[in-house]
Amino acid sequence: MERNFKIWRGDAEKGEFKNYAVKLEQGMVVLDAIHRIQVEHANDLAVRWNCKAGKCGSCSVEINGRPKLACMTRMNEFSPEEVITVQPMKTFPVIKDLVTDVSWNYEQNKMIPPFKPRKKKNGIDHVMYQQDVERIQEFRKCIECYLCQDVCHVLRDQDKKEKFVGPRFMIRLASLEMHPLDIDDRIPKIKNDFGSGMCNITRCCTDVCPEHIQITDNGIIPLKERVVDRFYDPVRWIYNKLFGNGAKQE
Amino acid sequence: MNNEQTIGGYEAGLFQTHRPDTWWLEPLLTGLGFLSFVIYTTWAMFQGDYYWWSAGSEGFGGYLSPFYSPLLFIEESAAGSAPLLHAWFGPWPEWMPNLIPVTPAILILAGPLSFRLTCYYYRKFYYRSYFLSPPACAVAGVHQKDYKGETALLVIQNIHRFTLYIAIGFVAVLSYDAFLSFFRDGKFGVGVGSIILFLNPIFLAGYTFGCHAFRHLSGGRHDCFTCPQGKEKVSFKIWQGVSWLNGRHMFWAWISMIWVALGDIYVRLVAKGYWTDFSTWGN
Ligand code: SF4
Ligand code: SF4
Ligand code: FES
Ligand code: FES
Repeated sequence: MERNFKIWRGDAEKGEFKNYAVKLEQGMVVLDAIHRIQVEHANDLAVRWNCKAGKCGSCSVEINGRPKLACMTRMNEFSPEEVITVQPMKTFPVIKDLVTDVSWNYEQNKMIPPFKPRKKKNGIDHVMYQQDVERIQEFRKCIECYLCQDVCHVLRDQDKKEKFVGPRFMIRLASLEMHPLDIDDRIPKIKNDFGSGMCNITRCCTDVCPEHIQITDNGIIPLKERVVDRFYDPVRWIYNKLFGNGAKQE
Repeated sequence: MNNEQTIGGYEAGLFQTHRPDTWWLEPLLTGLGFLSFVIYTTWAMFQGDYYWWSAGSEGFGGYLSPFYSPLLFIEESAAGSAPLLHAWFGPWPEWMPNLIPVTPAILILAGPLSFRLTCYYYRKFYYRSYFLSPPACAVAGVHQKDYKGETALLVIQNIHRFTLYIAIGFVAVLSYDAFLSFFRDGKFGVGVGSIILFLNPIFLAGYTFGCHAFRHLSGGRHDCFTCPQGKEKVSFKIWQGVSWLNGRHMFWAWISMIWVALGDIYVRLVAKGYWTDFSTWGN
């Protein structure tokens, strides 16, 4: 069946939408369609992809206005008459056509203090139980597609890249902070440098995450609560002064 | 579209998006839903009458509108008011400034209201519906010169856990009201009102104990659920239960909010005589 596409073509300086029509078979995804357009109409159309299995996080684009993985968006999500718009991610600078420069994200990642395990007691290896691992395992499903960074209005509309590391790195921070063996304390940085207060928990990151990570509920909000413990809760503050901050000594 | 497109094919300006779906429906409906609740609550709060009914009896029992509980002070001359013995501190006091309208609801509503207004779920939808920040995902909102999120004025949202403590108190008080509603003049029985007032604290508890702050305090704040013995702590079990409720927080938020309003409407209609309360006591 013939389907119509409207794809943004251009580079960092200028560009425009171009229309393409291609014949598609059943079971195809948007990335297949883009590949067919490359073959039949525009072999200079730039698109980043790799695994075609939703696991490498390379093919992030905006399809009909929604940040999505092109390889996981099936054509039967759309009605046959619909013109399907494909654009590069809005939040990052365009290199060419659908390819953006996501290196800002790598810079954020470098700022995060790495895992710092506690010392072994009497030379005995650490034991971790499933109950403790589960919570942080969820965050490790991240494929670094940066769709959440793209949709986050703090970065996308408010241009606060210098104030907020974005949802992907909030869950990386959560996975380290909630790690039962980690002894580093990142809470002051989470508040002051990484910008936990910039997020207004409107949950778009969670909505677009292809790995269905509960970024807001399980990552960002618990971190915000830990920041409250430290900075906004006089009762806990006195309690910690008297009895110590149990969390890090466990 | 005449708007100048930026690189990538995006237009600048409020509500700009390439989403063809009805993205505006959800923020519109939630925004209107909450607004109607606020309008009704404000109206009901200022009434100061018809918030109590016990079929004319003064004995143990009776229906009390959830908006008016706890009854700190009672102005007995108001129509449909509760008998004085239900007041925690007695009659409406002389020293109360005249500025404050004579209605028991006005003294207590700030408690539950502050809880809801600082709730992480409510924040999500009112930032979307009222502040358009953002109106919906991948839809351009109001661009602020220097967006501050919850770091400036809105840092106040961090009081949420203290409003939670108040809310837990309200669940206790409303549970007692539910108990009272099964009695009329000291006699046990069941009326439609009893069932409504019985479900009320259950829904409120589902909402309150699924709170994100409660989830954190009850167990989430620990990094290790099995330390030091390798056995699950009690707090782990509690945390799991709270997490289950928390995953459905939006549902509990709406059902509990609608139900308190329904409780007030029901008691008000019955007290005014507009509605018959079917019950085992006979009408
Ligand atoms: S919930 Fe926070 S991090 Fe996620 S998209 Fe919204 S503002 Fe950004
Ligand atoms: S958290 Fe989800 S949306 Fe964000 S980068 Fe990871 S996989 Fe992608
Ligand atoms: S190509 Fe790897 S996620 Fe789409
Ligand atoms: S988060 Fe909703 S009540 Fe606390």
